[in-house]
Amino acid sequence: MIAPFFKYGLFGDNLGLVVAFAIGIGFGFFLERAGFGNARKLAAQFYFTDLRVFKVMFTAIVTAMLGVYYLAVFGVLDLSLVYLTPTFLLPQMAGGLILGMGFVVGGYCPGTACVGVATGRIDAMVLFLGIFAGIFGFGEIYPLVSTFYASTPMGQLTLPQVTGLPYGVIVFAVVLMALGGFAGAEWVEKRMAARNVEA
Amino acid sequence: MESRTAQPYWNPYLAGFGLGLVLLASFVVMGRGLGASGAFASTITAGLNVVAPAHVANNPAFAEYLKDGTSPLKDWLVFEVLGVFVGGFLSGMLAHRVARTVEKGPHITTSRRLIFAFIGGVLMGVGAKLARGCTSGQALTGGALLNAGSWAFMIMVFVGAYALAYVMRRQWT
Repeated sequence: MIAPFFKYGLFGDNLGLVVAFAIGIGFGFFLERAGFGNARKLAAQFYFTDLRVFKVMFTAIVTAMLGVYYLAVFGVLDLSLVYLTPTFLLPQMAGGLILGMGFVVGGYCPGTACVGVATGRIDAMVLFLGIFAGIFGFGEIYPLVSTFYASTPMGQLTLPQVTGLPYGVIVFAVVLMALGGFAGAEWVEKRMAARNVEA
Repeated sequence: MESRTAQPYWNPYLAGFGLGLVLLASFVVMGRGLGASGAFASTITAGLNVVAPAHVANNPAFAEYLKDGTSPLKDWLVFEVLGVFVGGFLSGMLAHRVARTVEKGPHITTSRRLIFAFIGGVLMGVGAKLARGCTSGQALTGGALLNAGSWAFMIMVFVGAYALAYVMRRQWT
């Protein structure tokens, strides 16, 4: 095992910040290439006219998932050293629901809002300020929601642990699901395009 | 710059592959994934800590972003998000897509669109805090690591967005 490099002490915190900046440049670059600096492209996902949010997200997830899996299998990457956010099921589901509503109301998520701001989108700048207001507001009401926030703690939990199936089987299932989803997405887009021509 | 026509966006599978490689690089080099909302929280905490340090110290929602002896801004996600701005701008500039404009459907006024953008941002901030991460830190990162909570989060993001899509259709279509 030689990776994660940082966890094996190949470099320290300060160089880590330089790495963060470099990784962020790549992240922002591909988000913009994907069309995610544009709220109309993002929102189109929810009207079935352009399903690139799903396609980009799941291509990225499958790519990184397969990379992590094979690097772990071949003994390059120690997966136990890659940080896994602990699961708090109910607050995470409620947060997802609220964030999803915010997505179709506002048109960007926090990461894509940064790309929208960087490419001059005024709606992204306003949404950007809204995120600050929301996080500040959450902090102010935190005493009221802290019990719910800490509820249903399940620790670091993966899908292989939940299902009892081997890691590789879940990886394979996610790949199949993504490929099925991509085929479905292409079909839906064609149907919608045909319908919009008729209308 | 504005006189040149904007180039079309990349094929989504190609862009997704690039994004996946960046995420993989983050796992391999740093042992952690990508994020966005955490940088917003660190920035707010840094600001509040200047005007009301006692308030920050007494509130765990902010205090968790404080660092011993250094600024909350000297943080991995803050530097990563600064990179996102630079990378997004570079990509947009190279493809002639940087434009001072408001993205909206044809049936809504600019001021209404901006009001919705603000409300959407507030919901994003609250949702991301409650879920301990956003589309980057939970859906993308946790998705690739087969994190159970992240998958539950991701499903609910789509549920929430599709649930309000019909109500919001005047804004986009």
